Amino acid sequence: MHTLTTALVVEAAEGELNPLVPHTAEIVLSLIVFGILFFAVRKFVVPAFEQAYAERTAAIEGGIAAAESKQAEADARLAELEAQLADARHEAARIREEAREQGAAIIAEMRDQAQTEATRIVENGKTQIEAERQQAVTALRAEVGAIATGLAGRIVGESLEDEARQSRVVERFLVDLEAGTSGVN
Amino acid sequence: MSSLIIKAEGFTPPGPADFELPAIAFGVTKPMLQLVLAAVIVFVFFYVAARHRQVVPGRLQFAGEQGYNFVRNSMSRDILGTHDFMKFTPYLFALFFFILVNNVFATIPFFQFPTFSRSGMVYGLAAMSWIIYNAVGIKKHGFLGYLKLQSVPSGVTGPILALLIPLEFLSNIIVRPVTLALRLFANMLAGHLLLILFALGGEYLLVELGGAYAAVGILSWVMFIAIAFLELLVQFLQAYVFVLLNAMYIQGALADEH
Repeated sequence: MHTLTTALVVEAAEGELNPLVPHTAEIVLSLIVFGILFFAVRKFVVPAFEQAYAERTAAIEGGIAAAESKQAEADARLAELEAQLADARHEAARIREEAREQGAAIIAEMRDQAQTEATRIVENGKTQIEAERQQAVTALRAEVGAIATGLAGRIVGESLEDEARQSRVVERFLVDLEAGTSGVN
Repeated sequence: MSSLIIKAEGFTPPGPADFELPAIAFGVTKPMLQLVLAAVIVFVFFYVAARHRQVVPGRLQFAGEQGYNFVRNSMSRDILGTHDFMKFTPYLFALFFFILVNNVFATIPFFQFPTFSRSGMVYGLAAMSWIIYNAVGIKKHGFLGYLKLQSVPSGVTGPILALLIPLEFLSNIIVRPVTLALRLFANMLAGHLLLILFALGGEYLLVELGGAYAAVGILSWVMFIAIAFLELLVQFLQAYVFVLLNAMYIQGALADEH
């Protein structure tokens, strides 16, 4: 080990192979090579990358702007449609209301008409019935008088053919009849 | 112990000589070729990645952008601020990937040599960094204004100030390029030296000594693999630190208040 250390020390002391001592050619070469690389990179590579970034930024910003305008357009369209929808709903409600009112009016009108018609028919019926009753009463009065006088004439044996008498008897009978039913039966 | 020393004498430890590679042709050495190749790789990769520059990036463009973003945002912009950073981003970007690829050459098969274990290569870059940050500061504050900015700490008066001025000058102007260079160079050199030592030492223990030493040789090779992975981290970290310090030096030179 001692020999080894000594050998290293001796070698370093000789200074022939000191790695710290540069070769001038290497200094110059490294400067030239790096210089060329630097200028080539500055001229061709960095601008290309920077341009790519700029284009990307522009594309992204453009995309965002386009999306924003699309969004705004869509929002406006949506608002418009919603307004239209609200209008339509309103309109429908109005029409429904109107129809209901109209329907109610029609029903009321029809009911009125029917009522009037019914009343008229009833009136008619009543009048007719009254007329027929009157007619019947008149007819009955004549017939009942004749039958009664005929019957009475037979029972009494007395001819009641005499006009005046007959009519007197009938009148009295009818008066009795109207006063109460006991006289006849 | 004494028998080990005797046996170990047959082993020549790796040393600075292992970093003095012979010229391949016309005085051009392997690290020189690697240096050029690294520059070509960095430029071609990012040029191809950035060439089509689509809004929605493909895989290659995405990878290139991630690399570029790493330097641009997390180093350049965060340190230099949004106002100045684009002026220095190309420099920091090229520097980071240039150093990174050169460092990674230490691990890639058939290269397996860290370019920046050659001190001259690093001195060049460190000198360039020194010139850049000082020039930027002098341009902004004027020569005397810049010297004052770097040497006179604010909020200090009296004898302490007299003591601090030479210290600040020394640390901000003189020492910085030296530490910048040595940090990168020494890390690369030491890491590679360590790998050679574990590889050759393991081989020596296994082949030349054998027997009980073989187990230690195996352990040595296991360590070689572990250190190789550690080196991957070091390679990245050293590139990162070199560029980060560059950015911080420039920021310090541009600052209005020290």
